[in-house]
Amino acid sequence: MKQAEFLNVVMPFKDKLYRLAKRLLVSREEAEDATQEILLKLWSKNEAIEEYKNVEAFAMTMTKNFCLDRLKSKQANNLKLVHSNYSDESTSLQRQLEAEDSVKWMERIMDELPEQQKMVLQLRDVEQYEFEEICELLDMKPTAVRVALSRARKVVRQELIKKHSYGIG
Amino acid sequence: MELDNIEKLLEKYFEAATTVAEEKELQTYFSQESVATHLEQYKPMFNYFSNAKEERYTKQVPLKPRKNYYKWISIAAVAVLTFGIYFGNEYQEKKQAEYAYQETKKAFELLATNFGKGTEKVAYLQEFETAKQKIYNNN
Repeated sequence: MKQAEFLNVVMPFKDKLYRLAKRLLVSREEAEDATQEILLKLWSKNEAIEEYKNVEAFAMTMTKNFCLDRLKSKQANNLKLVHSNYSDESTSLQRQLEAEDSVKWMERIMDELPEQQKMVLQLRDVEQYEFEEICELLDMKPTAVRVALSRARKVVRQELIKKHSYGIG
Repeated sequence: MELDNIEKLLEKYFEAATTVAEEKELQTYFSQESVATHLEQYKPMFNYFSNAKEERYTKQVPLKPRKNYYKWISIAAVAVLTFGIYFGNEYQEKKQAEYAYQETKKAFELLATNFGKGTEKVAYLQEFETAKQKIYNNN
């Protein structure tokens, strides 16, 4: 496979890889590095790539595994991610800032979800994959996917309601 | 869009029973400016998801054509090898010819010195001749 061909295959889903990596690793730099790593790995396997029926699914699974490994080794090294980019919730929020603030709030809620729920939400609600695809990607049973998704959505809702009832004044 | 319908969809949504199409419907509903006040709280959720999809990977991927690299190196190596063998042979032949020349030269030199020795000895014969002449003349 030539470089141009390879790029044609990879281009449509490289953003999805990046977004999944970012969902799991949080930091933008780390997600970029991870995406680059995955693309290079794919490129080094480019002979075999034509044999895979679904390159996108394969790449997504690779990204998932890569990021989970990263997180694991990070925990082993006692290097936890530090989120310092959350703004303080000031009591006098202006109406215009509300939208921006709610995005940050959502991000925070998402970051606190367990990894599996994060991935399910990312794949379903952001990337809009079908259930069968998610099952394949995450190597989960359909019912497990549904349960995880429902749980994740409910957690997000609960947090949002909390925020809604006493957050914005 | 009917509010009733949206509420039903939302309920299904939280049970993870909606289809992708229905979820898109929800997203478009919540992307509107005005949303029913009791549903306002869900707005950030859906807006966040549709915004998150806009994020792009902008870094360039440094793809090096590693395989071609090896191919060209091997071609170059083969070329160098063949040239080496070809010119090496020529050089070897030249060396051999020179060696043969040196050897024959040495042989000829040996011959020449030995001939020289021969003529030196012959010089004594001259002495013998003169002596003989003297004897003849005296008689």
